[in-house]
Order: sequence, then structure tokens, then C-alpha cells
Amino acid sequence: MADVSYVPILAQLGDDFFSNREGAAKRCPGNNGLCLGWIADNFTDYLDPLWEHVLLSIVPLAIGFVIATALALFAHRYRIMQPFFLFFVGTLFTIPSIAFYLILLNITGRGFTTAVVVLTAYTQVLIYRNVMIGLQEVPAETVDVAEGMGLTRRQILFRVELPMALPTIFAGLRIAASSTVGIAGFAFFAGAGGLGGEIFSDPAFKGNVVTASVLMILLAAVLELIVLVVQRAFTPWERAVAT
Amino acid sequence: MSQVVAALGPFGDAFDFILHQRESQAGTVQVGGPGEIWELSWTHLKLSLAATAIATLIALPIGLWLGHIGRYQFLATSTSNIGRAVPALGLIVFFIAFLGVGFVNVCAALVLLAIPPIITNTYVGIRGVDRETVDAANGSGLTGMQVASKVELPLAMPTIMGGIRIAFVSVIATATVAPLANVDTLGRPIVSPNVYGTAGQLAACIVVALLTFAADAVLAAIQRAVTPRGIKIQANQGRLRGRVPFVSPKRSIQPT
Amino acid sequence: MTRKNPVIALLAILVLGLAFAACGGDDESSTGGGGSSTSSGGGSESAGNEIQKVDGAESKPVITVGSKNFTEQFVLGEIYSQALEAAGFRVKKSLDIGSELIAHKALQGGKIDAYPEYTGTALTSFFGVKPADVPRDAQKAYEDTKAGFAKEDITALAPTPFENTYRLGMTKEGAAKVGDPKVISDLEGKEKDLKISGYPECNQRKDCLLGVQDAYGLKFGKFVTSQQPYQVLDSGAADVAFVFTTDGPLASGKYVILDDDKKFFPPYNVTFNIRNEALKNLGPEGQKVIEDVQKPMTEKVMQELNARVDVDKQKPEEVAKAYLQSAGFIPKS
Repeated sequence: MADVSYVPILAQLGDDFFSNREGAAKRCPGNNGLCLGWIADNFTDYLDPLWEHVLLSIVPLAIGFVIATALALFAHRYRIMQPFFLFFVGTLFTIPSIAFYLILLNITGRGFTTAVVVLTAYTQVLIYRNVMIGLQEVPAETVDVAEGMGLTRRQILFRVELPMALPTIFAGLRIAASSTVGIAGFAFFAGAGGLGGEIFSDPAFKGNVVTASVLMILLAAVLELIVLVVQRAFTPWERAVAT
Repeated sequence: MSQVVAALGPFGDAFDFILHQRESQAGTVQVGGPGEIWELSWTHLKLSLAATAIATLIALPIGLWLGHIGRYQFLATSTSNIGRAVPALGLIVFFIAFLGVGFVNVCAALVLLAIPPIITNTYVGIRGVDRETVDAANGSGLTGMQVASKVELPLAMPTIMGGIRIAFVSVIATATVAPLANVDTLGRPIVSPNVYGTAGQLAACIVVALLTFAADAVLAAIQRAVTPRGIKIQANQGRLRGRVPFVSPKRSIQPT
Repeated sequence: MTRKNPVIALLAILVLGLAFAACGGDDESSTGGGGSSTSSGGGSESAGNEIQKVDGAESKPVITVGSKNFTEQFVLGEIYSQALEAAGFRVKKSLDIGSELIAHKALQGGKIDAYPEYTGTALTSFFGVKPADVPRDAQKAYEDTKAGFAKEDITALAPTPFENTYRLGMTKEGAAKVGDPKVISDLEGKEKDLKISGYPECNQRKDCLLGVQDAYGLKFGKFVTSQQPYQVLDSGAADVAFVFTTDGPLASGKYVILDDDKKFFPPYNVTFNIRNEALKNLGPEGQKVIEDVQKPMTEKVMQELNARVDVDKQKPEEVAKAYLQSAGFIPKS
């Protein structure tokens, strides 16, 4: 035995320190099973990662929405930019998430900020595309009528085109919401924690994996529902179509 | 050249990893170099192709049938909703925990991941075919199957290919964690930084990203190739070109 | 009647939401930092073990204790941190930094002030010693480690009694099938039909599968990658597995550990490695706290602690606290 001997041990741990583990591997949670009892007892441990995940989802959605809408409005006005913007946001979406997290890590460091940058990038194509489509699907006749009524370009945009495009825009936002929750599952690669980090910390323990995954699914559903509610609130003239 | 490499910092080291074999961090084996990168990429590609192909074989007929009969819309929408929400990492880990490791198990998990976008886009694409065209086809005496295969399917091809493209890209991205299940894809340097070093980790990320771009470009070319000429002409008349990963709700799901 | 412009209102809500969200979100959160409540002096308990508050500890700069990214490291990191906190020092825990190279870099760069590392790992991964050249005597290995770290202005404090080294493990049933081997050499001749499992890099490392193959002349039938050696042993996907001597599941007694009769594996005692400027802040009393708190750590004790985390799914923080209480270093609350 490779024991290093020196001054005798000060404290001794009695035999009662050691638990009897004979059957432990067959019972929960030693057997790594579903262990509903364990989940119930330890559920509060998932609340912190859940909150991290909530932030990781909402912040990129909010920032991404602003950026993508701005890009789309710009491209709507200056059509020449459309193919470039589309290519740019499409490229961002194609980068595999783990790779994106690790590459950016080397530039901006570990932590929440890096993850948010990556997640915001992924929201772009979904929201930008839908804002563009929404604006383009406004019937030309409606715009003509508005012009005829004497509205300025700006007024047409904000009073006619954008409101009519809202359902499509919201559809894009909904998809971006659940998509962001899913991609945030890998955010722990950037050192940002979240529910994905919980899964990864004990991937063999079915109870852990199931709890974290179910929480993620619920979060995605809740976020989508919130967007749906907001959509119905803001477009009272149109029954929102569930996609 | 070496100054450029040095200036790029960790990225320079990563590129060097791709080009030259070097001794691993613990100094025990040779890692890196084009040979190993190629092997890892090939496994990665094999896994992704297999999963996407199987998923297409399963999802395409289902989406086609659902879209053709136009009923059970909620099935298509809920598949897409659930599919979007299920976390990719959770799915893979879940499969590993319940089924064990190995190529087949990981492939099965990836197939499940790839099915939702393909079903959704197939359904939406078929439903989006101009109703008058379908009526005309029916009126000309074509049977249901013929209408589906000769009329609806070709016209919906761009959207369907878009779905396959999305599925393929997500599968490649998720196949990065396959080394946890004993399948050595490009994710291996990422999960084993002790052997491959941070240079190796970064190098793998860069190669995965490049692989994804290449795959996406190839599928985009195929997508363009299967777009019937008529739709291309229509698309050129000022509408949005390029990928159509999700179609506007108004256009697609609402019955005309 | 003025029609509410939905777009403007929506943007306003988004801005508010952004402002709210901006309050959250933090970079790498530091867990802990607050001291545990300790009563020093006062009672008439045997002062033999209980950690005494060190004078002036609160005024010293915060010490950042790090750890690598697996169970035993979490437990050790927590034990050392809580012990220092009991002595009155201000401690920031930065556990789960990453693997050994990342941890070493963090230590060199000052991102952490100290972390526990294994002598064998330090010698082979940091100081370039070939696994075959690492001294097999634990004391000598410690002295080499100490010398290596000294060059980096880091001090390796006294080593722990236990070592967490590699062994080969089998289930009791699996061992019975190949004639109840007691040492690794007993597998000679039978290993061609056996599947051996190890963590992902094992089949590429000379201090893992490659080295065992060389030292014992064993050519195993198949190598199975797995992060869960006990799961793989139980399911039969592997017959033999690389295990660590202090793994939690070993405490169940279900597994047979094959001894390293050719002394292939280097010693792996833990040393608390601390930057010299942080060591000055600890002073000799702080150093004594560290060295005392690790004295009861035998292999059996570590197995029990690891089992509490891995098998019983307790949190490393609780496990560390229970250990310190059971050994009498901090009072039972």
C-alpha cells in the first residue's frame, strides 16, 4: 500500500461513519433509475439551473428580436441588402451550437455573455426571415390605398405594414422561443450552466436526465404560450392561427 | 507564416493541429493531423447521413400522406412543437442511459431528432401546393396516389428539401456528442481535451463547422436542382428566395 | 377614437423586458464565500480536533479554492474550503474548473489560488515525466512533485494518506468465470476474450490501456469507451474495467479489484497545491488546518465519501460538511 506515514492521525472516524451499502446499488437512487422519490426530495436543486435557463432563453430572444427586426426593416427599405442579410443570418444558423460556444469561448471568455451572444445569433434567421416574409405578404393594393390616403412611408410602415405582418412575426418569435430553449441546453459548454449542465453532470442517472429534460420542455412550452398570448393581445382583429 | 499562426492565437494552434500530427498533451500518443481528422469526419458523416436517411424514409411518407388527405393537422403541428422543444442533449443522453452505447443506439436517437422538421416541412409543403392545380390533376382522372406522387410531391419539393436540410444540419451538430456513446465522431477532441489539448478541441469545432457548411451547401444545390422550373420562375419574380425553413402560418395551414 | 398602435406598445414591453433581464445573468457565479458558523473556544469539548479560528484570518485577502471536474475533486475542494472557512478565512469556491491542464493553467495564472492535484498526474501531465519513470515510492513521488511546483512559485503541501490510483476491476461473477484472479497478471492468457472498458482517452494513453498492455503483455479482446465503468460492468458490456481505487461504487463490495503486482501504476496521493503568495496569507496556522483535515482520509473513507455523492446522490457540500463533523473538525450543528 502506498500510504505515506507520518504523525498519527488526530481524528478517527468510527465504524458508524461507513454506511452499509450492500443493497444500495439495487435501490433508488443507487441504481440510477427514475427514482421519483428522489426527484421529489431534490426538486429544489433544479430551480437555480432552471432560472439560469430562463435567463438564457429570454435575454437572447429579446435582444435577437430587436436586432433581427432592425435588420429586416433595413432590408425591406433597401432591397439590395436582402440576399446579403439572408446569407449572413443563414450562415450563423448553420454553425453547430457546441462548436460556436467553444469558438466564441476563446474570444469572449467563459460565462453568460458568451452564451447569450451565441443564442442571439441563432434567433436571427428565424425572426429575420419571418419579419421579411410578413412585410412582403402585405398586399400591394393595401399599400397603394394607404399611399393614396396620403400616409408617409414611415406611417405606412408602422400603421399598416407592421401590424399586418404581426401574425407572421409572432410565428417566427414562437419558433425562436422553443428553439432557443433547446440550444441553451448546450450553453454549459460556454460555462453558462443551465439545465443542460445538470443533465451533463450525471448523465447516467435517469431521474436526473428526465427531470432536467422535462423542465426544458415545459419551459419551451410556457414561453411559446406566452408569445401566443401576447400575439392574441396585440392582434385582436385577427384570430391567431396556431401553427 | 508562423507569425500569422502565432498572431491568430488559439486559432492558429488549432489550424496547426489540423495540418500536422503532434504528440498528445500527456505525451503518450500522436494525435491530430489530416489522417485522424479525416477518420473522425468520416464517422461523423456516416452517422449523420444514416440518421437523416432513415428519418427521411420514415417521415416523408407520413408527411406526404397527412398533407395529401389534409386532415389531422394537429398531428403535424404537435410533432413540430414537441420536436422543437425536446432538448437534443437530453434525447441523446436518455438513449444512452436506457439503451446503452453504440452506433445503432446513437443513430436511433438522432433519427428521432431528425423526424420532426421533415414531417413538418413535408406536410406544409404539400398543403401549400396550389389547390387549383390539385383539382385540375384530380379532374384529369389521376388517382390519389398519382396526384400525390406526380403533382403534389414535385411541387412541394423545395419545401421538403428545406426540411431535410434543417434535419441534416441539426443531426450533424448533435452528432458531436456521440463520443459519449462510444462512437468516435469529431466530438472526440471536444470531450477529451486532456489528450487533444485546447488546440484539438478548437480544431474539431472548426472542422465540424466547415463540415456543416459543406453539407448545407450540397443540400442547397440539390434543393435548387429539384425545384421545378415553373416555381423557379415564380420565385424570381420578387419573392423571397433561398431557404424556407418555416413557412408563414397564414399561407400554409389555413384551409383555402 | 385613437387606435392604440400595437407595434409601439409591443416594443415598449420588450424594452422593459430587456431592462428586467439585464438585472439577471452573471458570469461564472462564485458559490460560497460566506463562512460557516463555528464556535471557537467556549465549550469544554476536546479541543484536539476542532479547527480553531486563526487570528486575523478575516482580514486576509479572499482565497480562491478550485477543483477539477469529478466527484472526488468536488468533495476535496469542499472539505478544504469549509475547513478554511471554519478557521476564519474568506474563501471563494471555484470548483469544477475542468480537467487537469485547465486547472493547472488557472493555478499558474492566478485565477485560482489552490486546488488538490494527484502526484502522479502532476508528474506525468505537468512536469513531463514519462509514466514509467515516475517513482513508485509515494514519498519520493511527493518530493518530485513538490520540486516541480516549487519552480512555478507554487507549494505542494503534505500529501494525503490515501491514493486514488488506477486498478482493474471486475464483478464478482465475472472474476469467478476466469478463475478468480487476484492480481492483474492472473489475467494472462485469458484476456483475449475479455472486453475492457475505460474512459474515452484511455486507449490512447500510456498511463492507461497502452501502458498496461506494455507492462503486463496483455492484449485485451476489445476496448469499450465509457464514462460509467460500473454500469458497463454490471450490464456485461465489458468484463474488466479501469477503475479508481476510491470510486464510490466500490464500497458496495460487489466488485473485485485486481492488484497491480508489477507496480505499473504511479502513486496518486493528493496534495493541496497553493500559490506562494496565497500561502503567505494562510500562514502556518492555515497550513496546519489543511494538513490536519486530510489526516483521516484513508482509501476506505474516500470510498465512503465518493459513494455518498455518486450512489446516494448527495451534494458534495453536504458530504464534506458531514465528514468534517464526524471527524470532529467542526461542531455538529
